[in-house]
Amino acid sequence: MTTSPILLEMRSITKEFPGVKALSDVNLVVRSGEIHAICGENGAGKSTLVKVLSGVYPHGSYSGEISYQGSEIRFSDIRQSERAGIVIIHQELALIPDMSITENVFLGNEPRKRGAIDWKSAQRQARDLLARVGLSEDPDTLIKDIGVGKQQLVEIAKAFAKDVKLLILDEPTAALNETDSQHLLDLLRGFRERGVTSIMISHKLNEIEAIADEITILRDGKAVETLNIKRDGVDEDRIVRGMVGRELGNRFPDHVPKIGEVFFEVRDWTVRHPISAERLVCKGESFQVRHGEIVGFAGLMGAGRTELAMSVFGRSYGVYLGGRIFKDGKEIQLKTVADAIHHGMAYVSEDRKAIGLNLLDDIKASTVAAKLSKISKHGVLDEVAEHKAAEAYRRELRIKAPTVDEGVSKLSGGNQQKVVLAKWMFTDPDLLILDEPTRGIDVGAKYEIYGIIQRLADQGKGVIVISSELPELIGICDRIYTVFEGQITGDIAGRDADPETLMKQMTSTKKMQAR
Amino acid sequence: MSRFKDLQKNLFGGTTSNARQFGMIFTLVAIVLLFQFLTARNLGVGFGDGLTLRSDNLIALFQQNSYILILAIGMLMVIVAGHIDLSVGSIAALVGILVAKSMADWSLPWPAAILLGLGCGAVIGAWQGFWVAYVGVPAFIVTLAGMLLFRGANQFVGNADTIPVPKGFQNIGAGFLPEIGPDTGYNNLTLLLGLAACVAVVWRELQARRTRKEMDAEPTPMWVSGIRIAIMIAVLVFVTLRFAGGRVGTSFPISGLILVVLVIAYSFYTRNTAGGRYIYAVGGNSRAAELSGVKLKRVNFFVMTNMSILAALAGMIFVARSAASGPQDGLNWELDAIAAVFIGGAAVSGGIGTISGSIVGGLVMAVLNNGLQLLGVGTDRVQIIKGLVLLLAVALDVYNKSQGRFSVIGSITRPFRREAPAEPASSLEAGSKPAKTTVAG
Repeated sequence: MTTSPILLEMRSITKEFPGVKALSDVNLVVRSGEIHAICGENGAGKSTLVKVLSGVYPHGSYSGEISYQGSEIRFSDIRQSERAGIVIIHQELALIPDMSITENVFLGNEPRKRGAIDWKSAQRQARDLLARVGLSEDPDTLIKDIGVGKQQLVEIAKAFAKDVKLLILDEPTAALNETDSQHLLDLLRGFRERGVTSIMISHKLNEIEAIADEITILRDGKAVETLNIKRDGVDEDRIVRGMVGRELGNRFPDHVPKIGEVFFEVRDWTVRHPISAERLVCKGESFQVRHGEIVGFAGLMGAGRTELAMSVFGRSYGVYLGGRIFKDGKEIQLKTVADAIHHGMAYVSEDRKAIGLNLLDDIKASTVAAKLSKISKHGVLDEVAEHKAAEAYRRELRIKAPTVDEGVSKLSGGNQQKVVLAKWMFTDPDLLILDEPTRGIDVGAKYEIYGIIQRLADQGKGVIVISSELPELIGICDRIYTVFEGQITGDIAGRDADPETLMKQMTSTKKMQAR
Repeated sequence: MSRFKDLQKNLFGGTTSNARQFGMIFTLVAIVLLFQFLTARNLGVGFGDGLTLRSDNLIALFQQNSYILILAIGMLMVIVAGHIDLSVGSIAALVGILVAKSMADWSLPWPAAILLGLGCGAVIGAWQGFWVAYVGVPAFIVTLAGMLLFRGANQFVGNADTIPVPKGFQNIGAGFLPEIGPDTGYNNLTLLLGLAACVAVVWRELQARRTRKEMDAEPTPMWVSGIRIAIMIAVLVFVTLRFAGGRVGTSFPISGLILVVLVIAYSFYTRNTAGGRYIYAVGGNSRAAELSGVKLKRVNFFVMTNMSILAALAGMIFVARSAASGPQDGLNWELDAIAAVFIGGAAVSGGIGTISGSIVGGLVMAVLNNGLQLLGVGTDRVQIIKGLVLLLAVALDVYNKSQGRFSVIGSITRPFRREAPAEPASSLEAGSKPAKTTVAG
């Protein structure tokens, strides 16, 4: 393996953003024909490194050298790197839903004949490319009509249409189910046999262990080590140790729960998809929350956790078909978000930028946005009260900003998340639903958020945490529900939970488990 | 330069939005002085005798533009909420003809006719608001349809004829504050109005100082408040004397008074009430607003309805000023109103903009129009210049946003503005990146 020539070498790459060093002195060597994995926690600098390589951050905006196929390269944009055969497939797929597979594969790269697009040749080539990635779909099919696993394959076909030599995949299996993931990994193995080099960024350590030849671990913007999987006998624990730089165990603040009576209960909750009438996203789910309890919801992407939470929160998702909600023993009707807020519910969404915050607002306006009645009299706002309330939360949650007049768009992910938490804490909720509360924020901020969650529970509030990170759920939850295809399939005490059990329940119905 | 910057920061506050308003007001003043100078030079007289700042010209400027500025108030709210209204000119025309006809054919007394007009505006607005808010048709389409619909209705109702309106009604568009009290050589009511404005300026400054104190913010130095009040009062006194000292029988126009009342009321509504805050929330991020408990449909319905009511009012003022309602009334008003709002710093994508900014934006256009006419520039060239000004203003806004700054006309005064707020390193925690780069790795 080590005998194959070096395809890519990045030397002393340093990339700074205002106020923060995203990469410092990173070295990366990728050999021809290997699968090279890059691992690291959120914010370790993996995406930044790949963006430097592909010219998203142009030459000059970083320091260091990149040599590729033996010569030094200086890309000033992504087109240049693609011309050199370096293609990235991003986590969020860059496909246009209303165009066909062929149109997407050749977007920006259309085969031409006398100036006009040669659709015949495009179609023929598309068929070949689809065969290479093992996708048997009609090239005229629209992207929106195929599943996300197949879309991923279309992305790869698109890369091959550009004559790829170095394929970079950013979290390629994050959105895929087990079968699709397996298929993709097989495909990557096939590419390796045909001499295509791949760089794969992934959080799924088992996949890395299974497929990668070499692995480079990033931590806090530095490349801490490069390991050869076979030679160094790398296993998952070894990778984790490299990523975290210490043994696991102190990622969660210590906490002694003070759990009271059940005060919130949902029974037989049934909701259908907002557009397709026959698709049920919640199939009669029931759950309970106690005072002072942190309840986790585990499930794979698309299992219906967010849909469940949002539909309970004032029917803000899908079409309600049936089910009842009880609070403090009385049945309540939550037909609008305003009803839900009135009854002491809060929902912190998983996508704070798209639906959690108005990025045009400053911290103070964001903090009070969900309950203006608290700082107004007869509809007239009290500026001073607004300022004081926001200032209090800024201090309490340690939001890093000079004043509450700072625009939220200028804050980092962790601080934005704190503002969203402040916004919902300001509504004095009894039940908080936190959907992926630590997504995209760094380890330090995560620890603080866990502390906030525990403090809220200690005040007697119920907290529901929806998360895709099982260690996080196991670390902070008193009880964990598992969700699979719109059904609750398990209910485990936090201290009894382990990733294997949870994963099993997250991927099968109760009946299947019984078998 | 840096001393000027300090002064500006002290006088107009340090925040970006204040800097922007400073820029716009500065531009307006510059344009006024420019035309004053040019008209004086054209006539070969001293600067003080230029045409732009003459009493009769100022009065005419206000009368001719009050209805556009009233539209700009409503349009600002529509645009902040993320919509647009192309039908306001047609609505104004339709309401104008209905009101004129009601007085001519049914001999409705004029106060009743005004109420009827406002009622018609509300009904039309509810119609448009229904389609926009509850059916979800984009406002661009709904109001494009409305533009045709109500223009046609105007010509259908009026038989494409001109219908005169009675004297009493004409007052709301052509009338002035009456002469009362002793003969001072000035219009006494206008003087009183100016005095009230001066008192209001002082009161507001004191109020602002108190608010800062309650927020535990660093208090504004006394001399700054003093200078700020002095400048404002000087301007107010000058304007008051101009309006009060015009030709006998003229003074501050009634339509201007209506405008001032509306500006104050709507500024208060948009800045200081929960309802106003909701409009910005919806325009800034409608989904986030919805998930914060804002009733999206209600807000959208309200801004569209409100716009039509203001359009009805503007239509009636115009009919009153021209003493008759005709089939061509209100033609292209929507464009003037939209231009005023965007020049005044509103964002095309919604969520950003102020009433006062839109008024200043409207005044910039009005002064430009008026000044060019005084200089004898033909309407063809006036249109070309106005078009370029609009394009330039919004282009600067877009450019500034891409540079991470705000402001439209503020950028013309870039040398005077404080530097774009540098990101203080301490305000960012480790691991943060600029907003655009998603931290996936």
